[in-house]
Amino acid sequence: MNVSLRWIRDLAPDVTGDTEALSRTLAARGFPVEGIEELAAGLRDVVVGQVLSVGPHPNADRLSLCRVDAGDGEPLTVVCGAPVIHAGGFYPFAPVGATLPGDFRIRKARIRGESSFGMLCSERELGLGSDGSGILHLEGEFTPGAPLVDALGLDDVRLDVEVTSNRPDLLSHRGIARELSPAGQAGLRLPTFPGLDPATPTELPVVSDPREATAGGVTVRIEDAERCPAYLGLVIRGVQVGPSPLWLQERLRAAGSRPINNVVDATNYVLLELGHPLHAFDLDRIAEQTIVVRRAREGEGIRTLDDVDRTLTADDLVIADATRPVAVAGVMGGSESEVDENTRDVLLECALFSPGPIRSTRKRLGLSTDASYRFERGVDPEGLREAVLRAAHLMVATAGGELAEAVAEVRAEPFQRSRVSLRVQRVERVLGIPFTPERIRELLEPLGFRLTGPDDGSFTVDVPGFRSWDVTREIDLIEEIARTHGYDEFPEELGAYRPGTVPDHPLFLLEDRLRDELVARGLFEAHTLAFAGEANGEVALENPISTEEGFLRRTLLPALLRRVEYNLARGNRDVRLFELASVFRKGPEGAPPEEATHLALVLHGRRRPPHWSLEDEVLDPWDLRALVEAVGRTMGGPSEAGIRLTPVPHDDAPPAPWLTPGLGWTLSVVSGEVVGWAGAVRGEGLDLPRWAGTVWAAELRLPAEPEAPHTATFVALPAHPGVDRDLALLLHQTHPVGGVLERIHAMGGALLQDVDVFDIYEGEGIPEGHRSVAIRLRYQDPERTLKDAEVDGEVERVADLLRREFDAGIRGRGD
Amino acid sequence: MSRATNLVDQLKALEAEALEEVARQEGPEGLESIRISYLGRKDGRISGILRGLGGLDPSERPRVGAEANRVKGALQEALEQREGELSLGAQGAGEQVDLTLPAREQWVGGRHPVTRVVDELVEIFRGLGFTRARGPEAESEWYNFVALNTPLDHPAADEQDTLYLKGGYLLRSHTSPVQVRVMETFRPPIRVLAPGMVYRRDSYDATHTPAFAQLEGLVVDEGITFVDLKATLAEFARRYFGRGARVRFRPSFFPFTEPSAEVDVKRVVRHPDGSTEESDWLEIMGAGMVDPAVLESAGIDSQRYTGFAFGMGPGRIGMLKYGIPDLRLYLDNDVRFLRQFGGR
Repeated sequence: MNVSLRWIRDLAPDVTGDTEALSRTLAARGFPVEGIEELAAGLRDVVVGQVLSVGPHPNADRLSLCRVDAGDGEPLTVVCGAPVIHAGGFYPFAPVGATLPGDFRIRKARIRGESSFGMLCSERELGLGSDGSGILHLEGEFTPGAPLVDALGLDDVRLDVEVTSNRPDLLSHRGIARELSPAGQAGLRLPTFPGLDPATPTELPVVSDPREATAGGVTVRIEDAERCPAYLGLVIRGVQVGPSPLWLQERLRAAGSRPINNVVDATNYVLLELGHPLHAFDLDRIAEQTIVVRRAREGEGIRTLDDVDRTLTADDLVIADATRPVAVAGVMGGSESEVDENTRDVLLECALFSPGPIRSTRKRLGLSTDASYRFERGVDPEGLREAVLRAAHLMVATAGGELAEAVAEVRAEPFQRSRVSLRVQRVERVLGIPFTPERIRELLEPLGFRLTGPDDGSFTVDVPGFRSWDVTREIDLIEEIARTHGYDEFPEELGAYRPGTVPDHPLFLLEDRLRDELVARGLFEAHTLAFAGEANGEVALENPISTEEGFLRRTLLPALLRRVEYNLARGNRDVRLFELASVFRKGPEGAPPEEATHLALVLHGRRRPPHWSLEDEVLDPWDLRALVEAVGRTMGGPSEAGIRLTPVPHDDAPPAPWLTPGLGWTLSVVSGEVVGWAGAVRGEGLDLPRWAGTVWAAELRLPAEPEAPHTATFVALPAHPGVDRDLALLLHQTHPVGGVLERIHAMGGALLQDVDVFDIYEGEGIPEGHRSVAIRLRYQDPERTLKDAEVDGEVERVADLLRREFDAGIRGRGD
Repeated sequence: MSRATNLVDQLKALEAEALEEVARQEGPEGLESIRISYLGRKDGRISGILRGLGGLDPSERPRVGAEANRVKGALQEALEQREGELSLGAQGAGEQVDLTLPAREQWVGGRHPVTRVVDELVEIFRGLGFTRARGPEAESEWYNFVALNTPLDHPAADEQDTLYLKGGYLLRSHTSPVQVRVMETFRPPIRVLAPGMVYRRDSYDATHTPAFAQLEGLVVDEGITFVDLKATLAEFARRYFGRGARVRFRPSFFPFTEPSAEVDVKRVVRHPDGSTEESDWLEIMGAGMVDPAVLESAGIDSQRYTGFAFGMGPGRIGMLKYGIPDLRLYLDNDVRFLRQFGGR
């Protein structure tokens, strides 16, 4: 909301203090000032000049020579190009040395041989309007040399006040003045307009009816009282449409509104002053002088004031005459009934529309106006008569004309103020400090509330119309008490509290543990956006930010791989990232999308930081496997299940689009459920520099309600030494080592504690298609020292098993 | 030349010979044989010389004995030092170890800076009795708006530029729906935080991203007041922004709290020269007393219970805290950026 400070001071003469202080007050009341603009900043050097005489320029037909009194005593000679200048008239004068808006500096000049000491200015040169055709003639009597800003009251400041959507009453200067005035409501007044004939009636009779009313020759009928609870029409006949006087134009400009003509400006003035949207129709263009407030017919058209043809639906409310819509109710007028310079008679509309339907029409038409903005939030249902009369007064003051003898008002029900009960005790229970009944009264009454009581500890509060939209409950009044008392006045003493009943969500705990584990293992956490193309998502957005990313992702890896590309393109060779985030899948019809938390990780580059003592090694499958197994251990609940990695055979189709078969695993949990994949990322989908190596990745779904982490159980340390035995197995390539180890674990007997692979060899001395796998078996009994002979027996059992099940050659053994 | 002087000279010659031999050794075995050959108790060459002590004038014996002990000590020391040098292994004979060379490191990663901020905030509120609650990111209009006292046809429902999903659901535009879900599931006293991602149909620029982290707080119990809200957040500010930090509450409007406030913080900045200075007021969160309508829509008796709620943006707090100029850096995930917050 653009606020003119002069306007505020006109409405509330008790508002004092400089701009800064007033801005602070507004902010402390909840309405921060986003911007402050000194409106006359560029006109400081301009004074009022009186043209003493006008004579012809000796060398140019279209120029004249003026003698100007600029208050310096000695008249100045000024060359002027304007067609009409009156001797004796007052004009804005920029003396030599002055700077005009746009950094235009006035110098002494010789024009066609004649010296000119300054410049008489047009509206446009002063930035006061668009008229550059002639010098701005100042109406009235002035002192030559007086600063123009003082003479014209241009010395105004515009505040850009942020008004929250619950306070439509503050979308007006009167509302803001009420907040700023020390006396509040009681400090407000409405100044009379200059030029208004004192004989103009200050009140008009109202012809009021629930459905149809006629006054001033115009009939008003409401056909949808739910959407239009009230409609007032007032006729003004015989206006002379033209530019508004300068003071009015300045007012509107100060408040950020563009002057149009004296009729339209009157409606905009009242909108800005009282917050009531009004509309002026050219009465001659209203068929049968009849206004009907009705639903649009499906497909009915109207050309609005912005010269756009719009098609309406049966859900839109229109103001129609006897034959066609003349305005989209509460949003914008139609161009066919627009007031222009030929308009003689005006119908002034001041109505009340329900916020919801205005909002849906506004959204459907994509047409937000000052009027719709206010109707959507709610205008004062009590202020219609005042607003229509005020606009009419301004109109006759500036455009002339006669008010009709009465206002036509259609209103289904008179407005009833709501009464809200306010318990004095409750104020303290919510706010934490006591408020006396006197203090409550002192805080609420300046805002326009009327308090009765307290009786039995409760006030009855009468809510004025302009607050009827946001104050409907006791808590709304308690807020007003806190706000006007001042938030700064509340203490900050921390009291006792009871601990809550809500446990930490277990998924947060799992995420914490995973982050710790992965960070310790060298990975950086990444954040990426959840939007994806159709290839990686199935839940569609209704209003996506970009059409290429119109879905919610069902997998994290694509975005993470883009981050690998981004880093490699910037020469960051060692990239190890992980992300914990939500992914989305379609749910059953009518149900919300299914949402799961995934963990994804990507790796590229060296196994460890380069060091002069080491050869660089790049990350390989065993590094990835270690990470995935660590994740599995971190996730494991009491079952110690972890994650099972099952190699994806080389000849299989990729089970995930990114995975390279033969270089990856399917990840599953103890139930056998597949939760993700890990492995080398297929090169096709990646855009990497030529020097890039293999990108390793994994993605898996986390449980929605993870189990508590595994609790360690103490096992007595063995008191007796263990025995290691090594076996060198000759295994055919078709037997993966993992299966062999699993069988040894399963069948190795109670004394077998551990099996390690400590060497793998193929090549010279090993038969074609075989490899030599050296394993170390560790035997131990916590109760006693093992005898060589029994260990030999145990090892032999394992060797037998391997010969039998895996056709393994046992190449030798040692101890 | 006395007999004693002769023995002392022999010891000195033996010392020189032994030290030279020690310096020549390249392995521990050689050192051990030197030790046996010179210092052996029975057959050692020093012991051999000392056997001649018996024929000496008793007054001369101490002089020779002392010299023998000195030589023994010197040899012992030389052996130990050479042993130490050799045990450094690969360095080669006589080579110095350059201990100024860089260390052999491991990769260490780091949490995302926004996660770091969230974790710090959570840690502070944990100290004030809060636990963490969770809710879905794909939400219904009921939880995102209606249950939060925001009618769908009110302009306040527009202000957050919600991203809608086909089929009537939406991406939550704030973490406040978790308030309602927690109140539906648990009974007061409730003291929870709800960290999580929220979504807005926003541009992608230095100060806006269409998805960002939010941290919500909710307290519901008997006797909770506006003073508790102010005190809790002031205490938080002091713990997070340091001693001397002050909070300022400004009236504001959120449909789901009343009274509502914008919360600003002013912190004390310490300069390297020890001087201090107060920062500007920084807008860090929105807060307020839970609107009775919100309590009621979650099935909580609003006459008996009151509560407060607050919400803040860890990403923006991170910008203030770390001096990050552009929100997009959070989403670029350049490892050189991520490394600045820990890790290598």
